[in-house]
This record gives sequence, C-alpha cells and structure tokens, in this order.
Amino acid sequence: MAQAAGLFMVDEIMLVAIDEDINDSDIVALQDRLSEEVYANDAQGIVIDISALEIVDTFVGRIIAQLAGIGILLDAPTYLVGMRPAVAMTLVELGMTLPSVKTARNLQHAVTRLRAAR
Amino acid sequence: MPVRHIHVILDNERASLLRAWGSTQAEEGLIRKDLFSEREARSQIEMLYDALTKGVSASIESDALDPEADCWDDLRAALAEVTRERTKRGVSTGEMAAFVLALKYPLFERLGATVDDTNGGVLIEAINQFTRLIDAVSLYTTELCISERDKTIKRQQDEMMELASPVVELWDRIIAVPLVGTLDSMRAQEVMENTLSAIVDKKADIVIIDITGVVTVDTQVAQHLIRTAAAVRLMGGEAIISGISPRIAQTMVQLGVDTGEIRTRSSLRMALADAFRTLETDVVIRTAK
Repeated sequence: MAQAAGLFMVDEIMLVAIDEDINDSDIVALQDRLSEEVYANDAQGIVIDISALEIVDTFVGRIIAQLAGIGILLDAPTYLVGMRPAVAMTLVELGMTLPSVKTARNLQHAVTRLRAAR
Repeated sequence: MPVRHIHVILDNERASLLRAWGSTQAEEGLIRKDLFSEREARSQIEMLYDALTKGVSASIESDALDPEADCWDDLRAALAEVTRERTKRGVSTGEMAAFVLALKYPLFERLGATVDDTNGGVLIEAINQFTRLIDAVSLYTTELCISERDKTIKRQQDEMMELASPVVELWDRIIAVPLVGTLDSMRAQEVMENTLSAIVDKKADIVIIDITGVVTVDTQVAQHLIRTAAAVRLMGGEAIISGISPRIAQTMVQLGVDTGEIRTRSSLRMALADAFRTLETDVVIRTAK
C-alpha cells in the first residue's frame, strides 16, 4: 500500500504530513500507524500538517478530531497546521469547528508552542 | 374603419390634441415643473405623439391596433427614452403610467365629435381598439420604470459588495476587519473569504473583527461572526471581536448568543492592546521634543 502520509519523529515531536490524495482507507490506516508510533517512540507532541489537503469532508474532519483525541490520551498534545482558507470554510460550513484540536499557522509556531508547554 | 378614424384625428388635430394632452396632464398634477422645463416636457410629448401616429398609420391596412405588432417599435423606443429620462429625475411609476393614459380622453372627445355614426358601432370599436392600445402602452411604461429601478437596485448592491469588506494590516501579524452596515449571508461569506486569505497573505496570527459600524446584531449576524472566528481558529489564528457596544452586548445576551471561547472586547483600541500582549510586542511611541 502506498503511504498516503509521512510520519517523522523530530526532537520527540511526531510530525505527520498528509498527502493531497489521501483517501478514506488511507486515513484510517494512518490513525492506526500514528497511535502505534506515538506510543512506541514516546512522542511528546504531534503536529499534523494538512497544507496539502485541498478537499475535506465530514469523514476526514472527524478522523482529524479523533487523531487529536488519541494524542491527548497518549499525553502528546496535537496541533493542526497549514489549513487552507477553503478547507477552513468548508469545515465551518459543515459545522465541524474541531473544538478539541489545537491549531497553529505553521509548523514553526506549533513546535514553539509545544516547547513552551513543556 | 375605426383605425382610419383614429388616424385622421391624430393627423388633423395634432396641435389641439397635444395641447389637450398636456393640459389633462396638468390638471392631474402630472406636469412636474420642478423636474422638467416646459420645453422639455413638450418635446417629450411630441416625440411620443409622432411615434404613436406613425404606428396608427401603419395599422390602417389591417384595421386593428395590435399592441404586439412591429409597427410600434418607434413608440417603444421613444417611451424607453422618455421613461429613462423621467425616472432618473424622480418621476414615480404611477405618474409615468398616468402620463400616458392622459391621452385617452381628449382623443375620445374628438372621436365622438367627428365620427358620423348612427348606430355607434364604429365609434365603440374605435374606442375599444384605442383603449386596448393605450393600456398596453401604459403597462409597458410601468414595466420600463420597474426595470430601470431594478437596474439601480442591482448596481447599488454591487457597489455595496465592493466597498463592503476591506482587510487592513494593523501591525506585524495583526489584521483588522472593520465591518460597516448590515451583514447578510452573501456579505458574511465575502468577509470570511477575504479574512481567511488575508491570514495567509499577511501571515497574521490575530484577526480583529470590529463591529463598531454594524447597526444591528441579530442571531444570524452573530452566527456569521462566530463561524468566521471558528474558521480563523482552524487556520491557526485567533479572532478577537471588538466594538461591542453596551446595547449590542445586551441584545446578544437577550438572544442567547454564546460566543464561547472567542475573545470579545469593547473597542478596537482594547483589542489591539490585547493583541500586542498576546504577541508579546512592546510598542513605544516617542514624541519629539
């Protein structure tokens, strides 16, 4: 199976880069892989970069919210970065404001905030 | 031969009919000396009259005044011109229709006086035909008036959309969206689009949405504001709503609007101070000695 998302461990922070053509089964597989990796590597935080995503639906929105929920349970605060304006508008229209997810404008901000919280 | 009779009268009595038409209008208060000079009004009446005569003379052959026929094109064009000119100066739709209808009675009087008709059949037919024509013409005038007005409304709407939602950069990483007037769904959508793309362009972390200029806040407007703030947050920024007057604060509470975790400030000044604090920016303003 092609990897539809890259997972990178940098300085105890798990970086997740989601590809633009991720499909529903990929994202479910990602959820699985991410929780395993965060657990195995003892990650202190998760940053999900969705700047490549041009289209979201309620399913993807819900999975993203779940990823954040998993992060919180494993004591790895989760940041969502790089959301495009169109994606933000769509999610709001769909009523998914993802209140449980922390957001930042870019990777740098997210990492800075994760460090500050330590 | 009813149409021929009408044509003869229109042709022979041009001067007296024009005078009568004008004075009927004057009696009904349709001559707007405040809007038109007498000369302008007369030239408009003459233009319409001549176009009408031309149409009637073209209809002698068929002996019927069909308002749909092509021979009224000149009349339609003349009407369009007069209507545009008059509505631009503030003549109302009703006045325009009455202006056209005022031609009927002077013509009927002359028809009655000239048509030698023992059993009245031709006269009735002529009145019938002419009434139908003038009614159609006045209806057409009304439509013209309304479509002129619709155009104005459309233009104003477009203009309002354009001046609706500027996004201004207040400081590094701080942008402000001053909202003025009313916020309907279409404008709210535009405001949201502009705001979100400005976050990307200006690399903004804080968006101050200032509603000082918003006249009324109802549940719908509040909903739009909350949604914009939510979208800003999703993009990693933070929204502050400022310019909430005491009255608007009261309405929002009475409506049960829950702004949740969105920061709200009473004035743009407070919001800016707050933004500086959040971004840990120190601003020192020195005055020259």
